[in-house]
Amino acid sequence: MTQYRVSVEIKPREGILDPQGKAVADALRTLGFAGVSDVHVGRYVVVDADATNEGGARDSVSAMCKKLLANPVIEDFAITRVETL
Amino acid sequence: MKFGIVRFPGSNCDTDAYHAVVDTIGEEAVYLWHKDHDLQDVDVVILPGGFAYGDYLRAGAIARFSPIMTDVIAHAKRGGPVLAICNGFQVACEAGLLPGALMRNAGLQYICEPVRLRVETTESLFSSNYSTGQIVRFPIAHGEGRYTADDATLDELESKNRVIFRYHGVNPNGSARDIAGIVNEAGNVLGIMPHPERVVDPLVGGDDGLAIFSSLLARVPA
Repeated sequence: MTQYRVSVEIKPREGILDPQGKAVADALRTLGFAGVSDVHVGRYVVVDADATNEGGARDSVSAMCKKLLANPVIEDFAITRVETL
Repeated sequence: MKFGIVRFPGSNCDTDAYHAVVDTIGEEAVYLWHKDHDLQDVDVVILPGGFAYGDYLRAGAIARFSPIMTDVIAHAKRGGPVLAICNGFQVACEAGLLPGALMRNAGLQYICEPVRLRVETTESLFSSNYSTGQIVRFPIAHGEGRYTADDATLDELESKNRVIFRYHGVNPNGSARDIAGIVNEAGNVLGIMPHPERVVDPLVGGDDGLAIFSSLLARVPA
């Protein structure tokens, strides 16, 4: 078994109203960042877990996302990074 | 009739629910600890408001996997009534007892105020003692009450008369189609963001919530 650090990005699904993202976008524009067209605010989760290989670590965290970490009704998730610890 | 009120760490409307059942309609109520696997032979389960598990991750996401929830889900699958209020509604959605999800209020603020609701149908376990189209006043107290579901689900809810309560006049949180309370397909689980248990006594702001409890009494064989 190897210990892996798996990073997951969870954000509101496309097309679902994200008032938090809108508020942040408005604030950025107010601050003079005129080029901002959209902002999405989500969560970043880092899981340290043992697995036999990288594929196993990914599969396991993917299952965690489907069961608990993300709500498929409103959120999408993506594994953004897998490191060996 | 015996009501069971689930207590999660962070539940804070459990005693209001108890008061509504015991002191107002004069029925029996027990608290059900989230770590237990015992529903104590209750007829109706109440998932009360609050911030179960601090609403960490998402409101209801962790509470949904509490040991007692296995039994609550089994009770619901058997047709047992479940009244899921506010945070309880969020837990019920996360548990798959009800479709959709409750997201951050459109205005981003936590809102604690009385709102007006329209009773959409009296053809439910929870609303038979109202009249159709009746306007009632319940308080809301939530930051994440914006009911969200895909269009197919919303159409299904509407066509099957599963929207029991709708915000009237003002939609406080941006809920899809002004939805405030829905039932599951079998009709035995009600999820409602406003708080009926806080309006059961004219002394503290009205008794419009009482008919939810009395409807249950009238319809559920104890």
